[in-house]
Amino acid sequence: MSHDPHSVGLVHAQCAEFDEPLQLQGGAVIPHYQLMYETYGTLNAERSNAILICHALSGNHHVAGRYTEEDKYPGWWDTMVGPGKPIDTNRFFVVGVNNLGGCHGSTGPSSIDPATGQPWGSRFPVVVVNDWVHAQARLADRLGIERWAAVIGGSLGGMQALRWTVTFPQRVRHCLTIASAPKLTAQNIAFNDVARTAILADPDFHGGDYYQHGVSPKRGLKLARMLGHITYLSDEGLGGKFGRNLKAEGYQFGYGTEFEIESYLRYQGDRFADVFDANTYLLMTKALDYFDPARHFGGSLPAALAASPAQYLVVSFTSDWRFSPERSKETVKGLLDAKKPVTYAEIESVHGHDAFLMTDEPYMRLMDAYLKRVADEVGA
Amino acid sequence: MNAVSLRPDLARIAGWIAPETRVLDLGCGDGELLAHLRDQKQVSGYGVEIDMDGVIGCVARGVNVIQRDLESGLAGFDAHSFDYVVLSLTIQSMKRVEAIIDEMLRVGRTGIVTFPNFGYWENRWQLALGGMPVSETIPYQWYNTPNIHLCTLRDFEALLAQHGARITSQIVMHQGRRITFMPNLLGSLALVRFEKHETAGV
Repeated sequence: MSHDPHSVGLVHAQCAEFDEPLQLQGGAVIPHYQLMYETYGTLNAERSNAILICHALSGNHHVAGRYTEEDKYPGWWDTMVGPGKPIDTNRFFVVGVNNLGGCHGSTGPSSIDPATGQPWGSRFPVVVVNDWVHAQARLADRLGIERWAAVIGGSLGGMQALRWTVTFPQRVRHCLTIASAPKLTAQNIAFNDVARTAILADPDFHGGDYYQHGVSPKRGLKLARMLGHITYLSDEGLGGKFGRNLKAEGYQFGYGTEFEIESYLRYQGDRFADVFDANTYLLMTKALDYFDPARHFGGSLPAALAASPAQYLVVSFTSDWRFSPERSKETVKGLLDAKKPVTYAEIESVHGHDAFLMTDEPYMRLMDAYLKRVADEVGA
Repeated sequence: MNAVSLRPDLARIAGWIAPETRVLDLGCGDGELLAHLRDQKQVSGYGVEIDMDGVIGCVARGVNVIQRDLESGLAGFDAHSFDYVVLSLTIQSMKRVEAIIDEMLRVGRTGIVTFPNFGYWENRWQLALGGMPVSETIPYQWYNTPNIHLCTLRDFEALLAQHGARITSQIVMHQGRRITFMPNLLGSLALVRFEKHETAGV
């Protein structure tokens, strides 16, 4: 592979162990846990140039670069993070972390519970966005980062960024919440419930303790992913890519995969079910559903945000119907009512919810302009 | 100093705005006015802009901007939440002129509108000669102009009165200079500051 000057290059994951018990919002306590993370760039002497990247439902700590030259794909946000890219690793110290409950090395349902020597499985507690923020704050302490130059995330990651400014208002300079929402609507929760139902109904689920049975509920997870995938794309985007194209000549008048969209979705579902843990999927979707930072402030988002000195960038995409611009405008309204510094941009894109991972030109220019200001401000 | 390079009409608007106030700048472009007000007068606030290049320009200047179409009103902005609401060289291209005037009066204490004065003598002269006017402040042909609601200074005064607003100051300019003699005839650019007429009350 030729050397790309805009890539962070070869990276490696690190593991942080935490022995101080973590009290979860749902009541449970995790006595000991580990978080996988990666860092890119260099923390400056003032420790003012750190950026936290929060991942969405299926993401992890591998944000940018490759583990080996042979890796087929780089980290999930390699387009945004790297030398000279909008999240410029020549200026920023960037941290990616796999959240608690994840399935990429951080403590989660598929990890071994030291108390029993068995995978946590069904006994792993439900974790909410605010729990992740607390766990991330401990990692920040460990790394010597008192205040983030920015906390950035798309979708569920954007919820974490917003929550940071509610839970630790003094620790965030800039909050970038992209293709996200201050809380889910009934329709959005409904999609998550169908996904969960597909997993729970799979005979291989075994009440969440499938590891001991040597199986995993792949059919359910595949269905959940297929459904989710449809909602992450737009009609226009799917139509442009697949239309009504058939794999073979003419209709077969059967129930096999005939349309290209069918074969694409099934392939995506299978690929995902092979590498992702069903319990983690359940947990992540519940974290989405429960997210509502205004809840403890009498339902008032401005009240929840009142203590925050952060500056905000809220971004939505025109064809995103899973986290539509209307949802982002709710966040903006809360920020305006709280008289907070906020910029809102609605990017023209055909990529639906997935647009936050894409490289539409105005989106990249906007992120670049915003983060250059952040870098100048923190002396990065 | 920034004040020197600020566009003359924007400098006049800035002159109307008191320090340490809150300003909403509708159709703010790349945020030139708000950046100036922030740096020179410690003014806070937001721009509203539909064009992406303008939004990115604001971001580059560190000006808060909300991307939206002004035709959809100012929903999301609370009543009386700004000291000033500015609408600069935009009203002539808007469909819903009356709605935006009402919205400005709702969210702000003071409104400031600037627009090309159709009553400027060159415009009148060109019309008298039989053609649609093309001039410094209206530099378009009739078939490609974005301007759909041109008016004279006098017309605009009448509209404000209809909407319960009272003019507190107005300046008419031409080529960056203030015109005081026969403004509706000799000025190509009008700047009007207004407030809601106080209704009866204590």
